[in-house]
Amino acid sequence: MNRREFLSRTLRAGVLAAAAGSLSYWLYDGRGPGPDSTAQGNLVVLPDFSVPELSGRMSVITGADRIRTVDMGLKAVGGIEAFIRKGDGVLIKVNAAFASPPILGATTNPQLVSHVATLCRKAGASSVVVTDNPINDPQSCFTLSGIGDAARSAGARLMLPTGSSFAPTTVPHGKLIRDWPLLHAPFQGVNKVIGIAPVKDHHRSGASMIMKNWYGLLGGQRNIFHQNINDIILELAMMVKPTLVILDGTTSMMTNGPTGGSLSDLKQTRCMIVSTDQVAADACGASLLGKRAADLPFILKAQNAGLGTADYESLNPAREAVG
Amino acid sequence: MKIVTVRRISQVFFLLLFFWFCIVSTFGEHWWQLRGWPVNWFLQLDPLVHVGVMLTTQTVYAGLSWALVTTVLTIVLGRFFCGWVCPFGTLHHLFGYLGKRGRTLSRKAAVNAYQRGQSIKYYILIFLLSAAAGALMARAVRTAVALAASLWLLTAVTIAIVALTIFGLTNQLRKTGTILLALVGGWTLVGLLYSMEPMIGASLQTGLLDPIPLVYRSVNLVLLPLVDSASPTLSVTQRHYEGAWLIGTVFLGALLMNLRTPRFYCRYVCPLGAFYGVLSRFSLWRIGKRQDQCAQCQWCEADCEGGCEPTGTIRLPECVLCMNCLDQCGHGLISYQTAPSASGAIVSPDMSRRGFVVALASGIAAVPMVRLGGYTDQNWNPAVIRPPGALREADFLSRCIKCGQCMRICPTNIIQPAGLEAGLEGLWTPLLNFRVGTSGCQLNCIACSHVCPTAAIRPISLEEKLGRGVFAEPGPIRLGCAFVDHGRCLPWAMDKPCIVCQETCPVSPKAIFVREYYSPLRNGVAEVVRSNGSVLEIAGTSFQAAQLSTGDYFIRLTTDPTNTRRPIVDNADRVLAVDPRTPFGPELAIGSRIEIQVRLQRPQVDPKLCIGCGVCEHECPVSGKRAIRVSGENESRNKRRSLLL
Repeated sequence: MNRREFLSRTLRAGVLAAAAGSLSYWLYDGRGPGPDSTAQGNLVVLPDFSVPELSGRMSVITGADRIRTVDMGLKAVGGIEAFIRKGDGVLIKVNAAFASPPILGATTNPQLVSHVATLCRKAGASSVVVTDNPINDPQSCFTLSGIGDAARSAGARLMLPTGSSFAPTTVPHGKLIRDWPLLHAPFQGVNKVIGIAPVKDHHRSGASMIMKNWYGLLGGQRNIFHQNINDIILELAMMVKPTLVILDGTTSMMTNGPTGGSLSDLKQTRCMIVSTDQVAADACGASLLGKRAADLPFILKAQNAGLGTADYESLNPAREAVG
Repeated sequence: MKIVTVRRISQVFFLLLFFWFCIVSTFGEHWWQLRGWPVNWFLQLDPLVHVGVMLTTQTVYAGLSWALVTTVLTIVLGRFFCGWVCPFGTLHHLFGYLGKRGRTLSRKAAVNAYQRGQSIKYYILIFLLSAAAGALMARAVRTAVALAASLWLLTAVTIAIVALTIFGLTNQLRKTGTILLALVGGWTLVGLLYSMEPMIGASLQTGLLDPIPLVYRSVNLVLLPLVDSASPTLSVTQRHYEGAWLIGTVFLGALLMNLRTPRFYCRYVCPLGAFYGVLSRFSLWRIGKRQDQCAQCQWCEADCEGGCEPTGTIRLPECVLCMNCLDQCGHGLISYQTAPSASGAIVSPDMSRRGFVVALASGIAAVPMVRLGGYTDQNWNPAVIRPPGALREADFLSRCIKCGQCMRICPTNIIQPAGLEAGLEGLWTPLLNFRVGTSGCQLNCIACSHVCPTAAIRPISLEEKLGRGVFAEPGPIRLGCAFVDHGRCLPWAMDKPCIVCQETCPVSPKAIFVREYYSPLRNGVAEVVRSNGSVLEIAGTSFQAAQLSTGDYFIRLTTDPTNTRRPIVDNADRVLAVDPRTPFGPELAIGSRIEIQVRLQRPQVDPKLCIGCGVCEHECPVSGKRAIRVSGENESRNKRRSLLL
């Protein structure tokens, strides 16, 4: 009995010792961790969302009623159906940067958001996502700006940034956006991207319009990029190749941007710009702020990088007036 | 020779060896200083360090493989380490001996009787290991949940539990199995219901109570500096360690408890002892009785170190193999043998299921709870400046065992044990404090990174630290960045020339540069009442003799459009002298107004070059709260904290 007990104990002790030994051998790490022990593994890269055969289209519609101007603008560039097909997954990147009411014009107009989202749904989009990583508290931003309600009422899905929404990206040929957190979760299942932004004064870059609005797709300590604002806007435009952009210059924030805060900061500029060329849209938007494209280095940089044209007149934009 | 004599020799040998390693952990070139002595050997022998780092990182860092020796020996022999090797154990043994001298046999036997409280150490062990294993478990669950098979597994586990319950729980193995399966099943279920990864982190806290890091920390940071202060030999100047009182109190408290109960720490607290206790379950040799019947004289329990009841049914996980019972038994009935004890033996730790589950769950939950403070995330504390080579904070905390070796080896004494700066889980981890010690982090020193036993501070080369050769591209290792406090800096706030920080900046080209600025003196405007061109008698203000002759003071004519300044070479209370070779010309009429200016060089930090070594902070003459201070921003171990593009 004793012998059997001892043998069984020996066996178990042997197995335990062997297990400990082989586990340690298997996990042996003679060198220790490297410099960046948590280097992110898989970098995501946003695909090109543009529709090649629809490049270089643009319309500039005058009017005070956003619904009418955007309808007309979309029609002039080929109609929403040309961009959104049945079954598409659409992402609408709004400017919801600040927790301020729509009347102050610091954020994308909510009626415009719900209207475009509805149009996408009608065109057959299987899903429409509205998202932004705002500067102020996300929940407050989407609530106060009215964009949250607008998105939901149009049957779009509102996606607020959470800790797990971000994945590191590197912009090909970029110098600034390297292994940087990108608001990536909303892009799941998305094949069309529409940028909708208001025209605003911006103290550091001169203007905040379509290209600057992609800033809201970055996470992390993104404000360090303000040390080189023009190049970061360029890289944002390199990062996102949208299907369509809508630059809302119905009212423009002329001063105290990009937060505004007073009606006296706004001016009725009565203009809706719809384009597949984000550089052209911004160049045109600049004129609403009384600036030329040449005043805004990021526009020229984007043009030189082949992302679009600053000479928007060369696209022969359709011009109409409604109302 | 008696077996206990051999044990005593072994204990003394290892204790002296340990003290020797502490002594030679001194930066220098003498043979008794750090010349390749294996100073971490005891830490590397410690399987709790080994297992802890394995749980948090799933790696076994180089020297930690030594622990396999102790592990395997313990599996075969039992808790030999506690009774024969452990330096802390030997100290307890010694103090316990002092405490029990003069006690009667029955009193001695009474304090050595097994107490239920001795099971606390197992709960401590479970708590500490589950805190370390939380992240691993969360990851395992995610992997499991990602598989479709996990649902089947969950179902199978549920069925197995139900089956085990139905077929009775009389058998101990079945009970254990049920608990295990319930945990696996419950865990998987939780994983299916929600993602745990965001909050559960791997936090290595074993070092708080693990006796080896504890004794290293206590001896190196408290005992040696105290002993050495009488006639400094280990260090040139007195070593200081912040919060040494707490480390010392824990150490002394643990030792003094022996006066009440011998080996109090080993019996009640020690997680390493608990780990050995679990490992010794299948030990081939064990203490036991040759025959059940004995005189019950209790002599064997008089000096029983483990409190393991050798008289009756011996509790093997408590036995520290002190061999006293063997020696004491006048009848030769106790032996260290392969045969089971004639009076039976208890091989399992005395743990309740409930206690086990509570310790496990609270260990896992404790880490997310302390991390709610956000110290590893957005609420990181810029005062937490880690030594060069330290990993990112979360990774650092998953490896640092708070042994204090880096603090011991640092030649300048700037590596200090943290209080609560890095959160509760950062207690006693290394922080840099540039106010204590003899300088900042020395440019050509990488000692801490090479002494670190777990690579929480990973081993770096000088090339890497300084950003030379192949490391030119990533640049030097930055600990943080120096910031000038304009409200305290002498040239910025007090019109006093200084720039000690600029001069002592060891980086080339210097990270601190200066901008020249001429500041008008307070009450520095005067009217010239007499002049010979180079010596001016003034009215309207006065100065102390030679106050302005330092070379930093200049005279400017308030009406001079060219702003020409002439340096003052000497002064009396109302007389100013400029260099006679550059006298004032006819423009200096009697009644002219002059302004005395001081030339200031105001320091400015170039964040691109600053490595955060803290030499400037150490040298800053504003000796309380320094006028230039290093802050954690821009540290290279986390590029998300970069200050620059």
